[in-house]
Amino acid sequence: MPEPNGGARAANGAGVTNILEARGITKTFGGLVAVNSVDFDIPERAIVSLIGPNGAGKTTFFNMVSGLYIPTSGRFVLTGRDITRMKPHERAQMGLGRTFQNIRLFGTMSAVDNVLAGMHVRLKGSILGSILGTPGVSREEKEARERAHALLGFVGLRGRQTFAKNLPYGDQRRLEIARALASDPKLLLLDEPTAGMNPQETARLTELIGRLREERGLSVLLIEHEMRVVMSISDRVTVLDHGEKISEGTPTEVRQDERVIEAYLGTARTG
Amino acid sequence: MTTGDATKTLSGALLEGLRHSSWQSRLAVAVVALMLALLLVQAVQDPGQFTSQLLIGLTNGAIIALIALGYTLVYGIIELINFAHGDNFMIGSFVGLTVLSGTLFGLGLFAPISGDSGTIIKVAGVLIALVVAMAACGLLNVGIERIAYKPLRNSPRLAVLITAIGMSFILQNVGLVWKGPAQVPFPDLISSANILPGDAIVFRWKDLFVLAVTIPLLVGLSYFIKNTKQGKAMRAVAQDKEAAAMVGINVNRTISVTFLLGGILAGASGVMYGLFNGITVFNVGFTQGLYAFTAAVLGGIGNLSGAVVGGLLIGIIGSMADQYVGVRWTSIVIFAVLVLVLVFRPTGLLGDRSATQGGGSGRA
Repeated sequence: MPEPNGGARAANGAGVTNILEARGITKTFGGLVAVNSVDFDIPERAIVSLIGPNGAGKTTFFNMVSGLYIPTSGRFVLTGRDITRMKPHERAQMGLGRTFQNIRLFGTMSAVDNVLAGMHVRLKGSILGSILGTPGVSREEKEARERAHALLGFVGLRGRQTFAKNLPYGDQRRLEIARALASDPKLLLLDEPTAGMNPQETARLTELIGRLREERGLSVLLIEHEMRVVMSISDRVTVLDHGEKISEGTPTEVRQDERVIEAYLGTARTG
Repeated sequence: MTTGDATKTLSGALLEGLRHSSWQSRLAVAVVALMLALLLVQAVQDPGQFTSQLLIGLTNGAIIALIALGYTLVYGIIELINFAHGDNFMIGSFVGLTVLSGTLFGLGLFAPISGDSGTIIKVAGVLIALVVAMAACGLLNVGIERIAYKPLRNSPRLAVLITAIGMSFILQNVGLVWKGPAQVPFPDLISSANILPGDAIVFRWKDLFVLAVTIPLLVGLSYFIKNTKQGKAMRAVAQDKEAAAMVGINVNRTISVTFLLGGILAGASGVMYGLFNGITVFNVGFTQGLYAFTAAVLGGIGNLSGAVVGGLLIGIIGSMADQYVGVRWTSIVIFAVLVLVLVFRPTGLLGDRSATQGGGSGRA
């Protein structure tokens, strides 16, 4: 059961701190209840998956975490601070990064420029400094460029000079992750990262998600339809159906939950 | 930002026109070829005059291009035709004039700067007038966006468009109250004498002044957008506001910066227009704004290089029409060219909004 929220970094029994806590999140669109009073925790350095049939409210929940939607009621606490009313860019500054289900890169910018745009919040250069091109700003921009290339290397891309929109599909997915990583997030939200990928690409991406935690210490919230991915890398799985949380637990627990089987796994590919 | 592609795209457009060999396109190509041929004849008959007209056109075009950039920058980022932009340009010329006349809110700060003042005073006066007008127009543009456009960010686009037209009327009437309905003379600070020896080709100090102000502004703008953090943020916001917000870019602030840049360019353009033509008037923003908007559309709205190319083209076509067709025909010629270009290349000469926009095709 979720604990009553204790403000700053409520600790779980095992002394694990939560990076994100959601309490009583509800979102209605007119008469439609898209998400109904969902409680949700993401422990630090955990990979948590959100699954559920189409229309279950997963992406709506995602959009509320990232700030594109404001919940009708309930609140979000990120690293101890209430972010419910914060704008998306403020959440990004606090350490939240995300990718989109339908890739949304800056199409007519190169891969490096996409990552540099992602670094925006971590660069200090003021408008005045930018206009005047002061030495501090130029040095910072040079370092940023090097870091951008390093990040592209981390996700397995080379900084090619083509427009992002001309990259192969799988590379676009990776680039979007690199762009999200550029803002140094503590929590990364991935919305169906393996959608449309072939088995090899999916395997490589799954491995990349694992490395995000191992090498960069990130927490990951994942929406995913590919059950093999979910079951292999998730620490915890939460199942939504018709906007309600119907199950939560380790992948094994969830897999055996009859309500889940009924609502979801019964009709999905289970690998 | 792909100036290098300009010529390629232009010739591509011509080839495309030929390949679509419908009778309309053949006619269009024939008309364009005929006009170019007639121009060539004039150029051969009196090369001096032709070159002088070309230079005048370039100067006029530079003034238009600076305004056109403001239209295209704003369109690129929020897809709004900011009809108040031309009037912002007018306010720029009024602010410049006020600075040069030495009065502010009825206070005489210093003696008016006129053609009789010393050179140093003239240079300083012009520079101060430029800087003050640029700052004033930049802030005015930011203010307009905050007050009139930002609250309508999520409204239907038509609502914002009508608001922009309303803003245009408000500014025009502010100008009317401020300087009256008649044309106001600008002090004649920059010599109209020819720089070049002889009378064959005329290139005046005024023309040099306009180019000397415009070129650094264009280079600066290009550097800003290509290389700086804010510039990248602008490009990112132009392509996808939500994705930009998700990487921590403050979308509202970036939009403000865009309006600031547009206003700064309009302010500079306004002062130059006044000094160059010797007059300004409360509705100058309408006519010049219309030419600038035409230039932006001609080059491909949303495309920064397009705005510059379009501005220079409109300037040159205008000056050629003034000389070889007749001043009363100039507007007709300019808008005929616009119609021709849009019929055969609806996205403008330099194509889609690729400079600032992400094309947007194939992706939600």
